[in-house]
Amino acid sequence: MSYDWNFQPVFDNWWALAIGAAGTLRLFVVCLVLGMGLGLIVALGRRSHNRPLRWLSTAFVEFFRNTPVLVQILWFYYALPILVPIEISPFTAAILGISLNSAAYSAEIYRGGIQSIEPGQWEAARAIGMTGVQTLRRVVLPQAIRRIIPALTNRGVEIFKMSTLASVVAYVELLQQGKLIASLNFNPLETYTVIAAIFLIILYPIVSMTYSLERHLARSD
Amino acid sequence: MADPVLRLTGLGKSFDGHRVFSDVDLEVLPGDRIAILGASGSGKSTLLRCVNVLETPDEGSMEVGGKAVGDNTRNRPARYSERELRALRQRVGMVFQQFNLFPHMTVAGNVAEGLVTVRGMSTSAARERAVSELKRVGLADKADTYPSRLSGGQKQRVAIARALAMDPEILLFDEPTSALDPALVGEVLSVIKQLADEGRTMLLVTHEIGFAYHVATRIVFLADGGIYETGTPDEVLKNPKRPLTQQFLAEHQRFQF
Repeated sequence: MSYDWNFQPVFDNWWALAIGAAGTLRLFVVCLVLGMGLGLIVALGRRSHNRPLRWLSTAFVEFFRNTPVLVQILWFYYALPILVPIEISPFTAAILGISLNSAAYSAEIYRGGIQSIEPGQWEAARAIGMTGVQTLRRVVLPQAIRRIIPALTNRGVEIFKMSTLASVVAYVELLQQGKLIASLNFNPLETYTVIAAIFLIILYPIVSMTYSLERHLARSD
Repeated sequence: MADPVLRLTGLGKSFDGHRVFSDVDLEVLPGDRIAILGASGSGKSTLLRCVNVLETPDEGSMEVGGKAVGDNTRNRPARYSERELRALRQRVGMVFQQFNLFPHMTVAGNVAEGLVTVRGMSTSAARERAVSELKRVGLADKADTYPSRLSGGQKQRVAIARALAMDPEILLFDEPTSALDPALVGEVLSVIKQLADEGRTMLLVTHEIGFAYHVATRIVFLADGGIYETGTPDEVLKNPKRPLTQQFLAEHQRFQF
C-alpha cells in the first residue's frame, strides 16, 4: 500500500499548533512547579513527628497515586462543581488533576532521596547547633535532590506528556489542536505525526539540560 | 577550684529496655582531658553522645558551665527543648568516627557552615575564620577542595576544624581514629595532642590506649554498666586495681610491642 504523505495542510495550520504549544507549555510549567513543590511538602509531612499530619500525607499519596489522572481531571471538571458552587475551567481542572497526581509521585521520590542520606549528616549538622529546618535546607536536601534528579526528570517528562490528557475537557493544548486539524482536513496520520514530533522537539532539549545540571552538581565528587 | 565545665550526675541510658550504663557521675574541670575507655558495647560512645544529647539520657541530670541542661523538675527522664539543645551544641563540639563532613560543600564551606547558618556570620568573615581554623590543622591549602578529594586523615582534621570554629568549651571525640588507615592515625592524633597542649577541655573515646596515656589527665574505664574504674593514667593504666580493667588492658597489651 502506498500512501501519499502530505504535510502541507498541517503546516498551513501552524498558528493553531502554536496556540496549542503555548497552552501545553503553560499547563506544564504550572503543574511542574505545583506538583514538585507540593510533593516536597507532602514528603516532609510523611516524615513528620505529628501523627495526623503523617496520616494525612500518606492518605494523600495513596489516593492520588492509585487513581487515574484522566479520571481525576474529569472528576474535577464535571463532578466538583456539583458539590461546591464554583466554576472550574478546563485549565483549572487539568492543573488540579495533573499537579496533585504528580505531587503524590514526587513526594515518594523526595522521601526516598531524604531517607538515602546517612544519619551521620543529620548528626553532624545538629552537633554544630543547626535546627531541623536548617539541616534539611543546607545539608540534607541539596544532597538528596542531587541523587533524585534522574527520577525527578522522569516525573517532569511525564507531566509534560500528561498535559495531553487535558484535551478531554477541551483545554486548548497541542493534542486538542491536533484533533481539530485532523478532523478538518481528514489527515490524522500527518497531524498526529507532527504532534508527536513537536513533543520530542520540545522535550529533548529540556531533558538534556537536566543532564548538564547533573554534571554540574557532580563537581564535588 | 574552678567551676566544672560539665557535670554529669547519675546519668543513665537504656535502649529498648537494655541498660547501657547507669549512675554515671562525672565532673569535668576546665582543661581536663578525659579518656573514656572500655570494651566494645560498654557504652563509651553512648555516654559521649549523651553529653550533646545526640542520645537523650533517660536518667540523671547534666550541668554545662554550672547551668542545668534539660528540665528535670517534673519529668523523668529530663526533657530538652530544641532551643536549649541548639545552645548546648554550640558550646560542645563533636568529632565523629566517620567524619560526617558535608560532601556537597568545600572544605572551607564545611568549617564555615555553623558560623554562617547558626551564628549568622557573613560569608566572608566566616570564610576567614574557617581558613584560620584550617591553618591550625594544617589544611589551609585545601580550603577550596571537596571532601571526596581528601584522605581519611585529612577529612578528620577538617572535621576537627569544623568543631573548633564554633569555639566550643568542650570537645568530644568519638573514636576519631577508628575509621582510619593505620598510616593516617598519627596526623589526627598529633592535631588532638596539639589541642591538648593548648589546654582545651576534652572527652575522648578511643582505643588508642598509648595515646590516652600520654594525653589524658584522667582515665574513665567503663564496664559492667557504669564507670568501673577511674583515676590518673598512671593509676588506671599502669596499676589497674579491678579485675575487668586488668583484663581489658592485658588483652590490649597483647598487641602492643
